[in-house]
Amino acid sequence: MSPPNDPTPAAPVAGHDLERLRHFYNQMLRIRRFEEAAARAYTQGKISGFLHLYIGQEAIAVATADLMRPGDRVVTTYRDHGFAVALGCDTGACMAELYGKKTGLVGGNGGSMHFFAKEQGLWGGYAIVGGHVPVATGHAFASKYLGDGAVTLCFLGEGAMHIGATHEGMHLAGLWRLPVVFVIENNQYAMGTPLRRQTAVDDLTVRAPAYRMTSDRWVVRDVFETRARLARAIEQAREESQPSLIELLTYRFRGHSMSDPGKYRSKDEVDQWKERDPLHRAQVQLRDEHGVSEEELDALDERIGEEMDAAVEFAESSPLPDPEHRFRGHYVEDDLAAGGEG
Amino acid sequence: MTVLQIREALRAAIDEEMARDDRVFVMGEEVGHYDGAYKVTEGLLAKYGEQRVVDTPIAEAGFAGVGIGAAMAGLRPIVEFMTFNFSAVAFDQILNNAAKLRQLSNGQFTLPIVFRGPNAAAHMLSSTHSQAFESFYCGFPGVKVISVATPYDAKGLLKSAIRDDNPVLFFESEVMYSVKGEVPDEEYLIPIGKADIKRPGEGITVITWGQGVPVALAAAELAARDGLDCEVIDLRTLRPLDDEAVLASVRKTNRAVLVYHGWPYGGTGAEVSDRIQRLAFDHLDAPIERVCYDDVNMPYAENLEQLVIPSPERALEVIRKVAYYRI
Ligand SMILES: Cc1ncc(C[n+]2csc(CCOP(=O)(O)OP(=O)(O)O)c2C)c(N)n1
Repeated sequence: MSPPNDPTPAAPVAGHDLERLRHFYNQMLRIRRFEEAAARAYTQGKISGFLHLYIGQEAIAVATADLMRPGDRVVTTYRDHGFAVALGCDTGACMAELYGKKTGLVGGNGGSMHFFAKEQGLWGGYAIVGGHVPVATGHAFASKYLGDGAVTLCFLGEGAMHIGATHEGMHLAGLWRLPVVFVIENNQYAMGTPLRRQTAVDDLTVRAPAYRMTSDRWVVRDVFETRARLARAIEQAREESQPSLIELLTYRFRGHSMSDPGKYRSKDEVDQWKERDPLHRAQVQLRDEHGVSEEELDALDERIGEEMDAAVEFAESSPLPDPEHRFRGHYVEDDLAAGGEG
Repeated sequence: MTVLQIREALRAAIDEEMARDDRVFVMGEEVGHYDGAYKVTEGLLAKYGEQRVVDTPIAEAGFAGVGIGAAMAGLRPIVEFMTFNFSAVAFDQILNNAAKLRQLSNGQFTLPIVFRGPNAAAHMLSSTHSQAFESFYCGFPGVKVISVATPYDAKGLLKSAIRDDNPVLFFESEVMYSVKGEVPDEEYLIPIGKADIKRPGEGITVITWGQGVPVALAAAELAARDGLDCEVIDLRTLRPLDDEAVLASVRKTNRAVLVYHGWPYGGTGAEVSDRIQRLAFDHLDAPIERVCYDDVNMPYAENLEQLVIPSPERALEVIRKVAYYRI
């Protein structure tokens, strides 16, 4: 259902090569349409629990996926659908997970907040804020230990910068010079709390020197720029085992989760950020710089719409996990006993 | 009497205690400007200002510890965990500081602090967000542990917890915040350490607390159709346990079932059954049974979650078994 992961080498792309632009736009739009389909299903009461949408931040996952080599890993938060789609997970399996179905990405065990797809390089969506940061450091520790040349990319919200586990994980990565890139997706709010009420500083990368990390910081307006600057950090991690701390200034266009009306932000503010929407920018570039026609853009959107309809259809028609499934998977022995189908 | 939701009763308790004593303050994530993730603290920032309604970053170990330090220095913090799942990262502060410092210092410090928030499974939040923590916190001395299931109990016990000079863990339920009930207009306190008979009966003692209470009451209702007369005891305080209330009932009914949200291994359910078998052994006509979570991580899928969480039907089966009832 989804295109395979594109194993492009990690060199920055100069200019807006049409094919690359088309690919990035396609991927960003797929994430957006996936999230919109999920939101609709949620509003219709077809899915439940917490649903944190990635709308507005798609360029980050798409740029990242484009830079990853086999063996590289992404570790992220509960806002994880975007990475799953960008990394080539089947959108039907992703949607089925939200529906709590047997065919879901993790068999209905985890739901929205806990996407895992090891094959595709998605080493997890984690839901205890900051809890994944030392785990990501551990993946990088293993890479250095094994000499496998892999890079771990750890994504976290700016809200996760203030909790102990994050500090300890980053501290160890710096101390031991591990091949990891920590990427703060600063979407300006941790639930209803704006950055200025979270931290005494404006620029979160001021912490990098304390961990002996390099740093970079930019507004995510353009997927190419984001890709090129992330590429430098990844290369540094891969070639020199030099960890870095990156702060991406971005925005979630929706509430924190589906239950948050987001009343703490003015419409003006949201609109201003929407003007910098990298998806929109890519569309303008396609149209204005490359002369891609409206019809072609509409046709693309329609194809993606069909993919998402099919994903929803797949999720809805999939069976529930069988009752015994709840006892499986806790121990290695469980899966062996169940004939490997745990 | 006024009819209040549990969240409103909790808010009224906090409000009254803040008005009564200006050393009482609230601290936690989204408690102020956002009016509380579950709206328990709604309006308190507007009324008391930022000094007394303190929004924190996501730093549970930090603000739990700050609360402990402030309590040692004379304040009376109410620390909200957005849910008790997130108290896991503050566990060290509660275990090694809150619970220990009074005795370690040979009584030089008192720690009048309340840690409160919703606990146990809500709906489809999967394993990291569905955990019942009371058994962890009941497992060591130095703290008191309360779990409430009605607006009346919520208000009366939270006020007592705030006035208590010891650290208190106070458990609420996300899925029960909107449950309504009558609350007296005049001030009242409910003593810590006293269970409450939520339904009197003669045949089987059903012991429960927190989110288990509505399940136990519904099961008792179903059992009544079989002619089984359950006495439902809401422990309300889990540490110290009200042994007398439980034992008095079991001496009368000779049978006991526990219904609660939480894992079966160890914990409060196991502790209560141990006390019954030790202290009322001669009165028992059947093994003590427990209706709780399966011993699994909470799955996300709704159908599986419903199987893991105790239901009135599952409790009824066990009540019948303990009563040697045959259909
Ligand atoms: C330790 C912990 N505390 C609280 C929460 C509840 N919570 C979930 S997401 C969130 C806000 C996180 O904001 P941020 O890190 O900026 O990421 P964003 O959601 O904006 O992507 C909070 C408070 C949690 N999951 N874990």
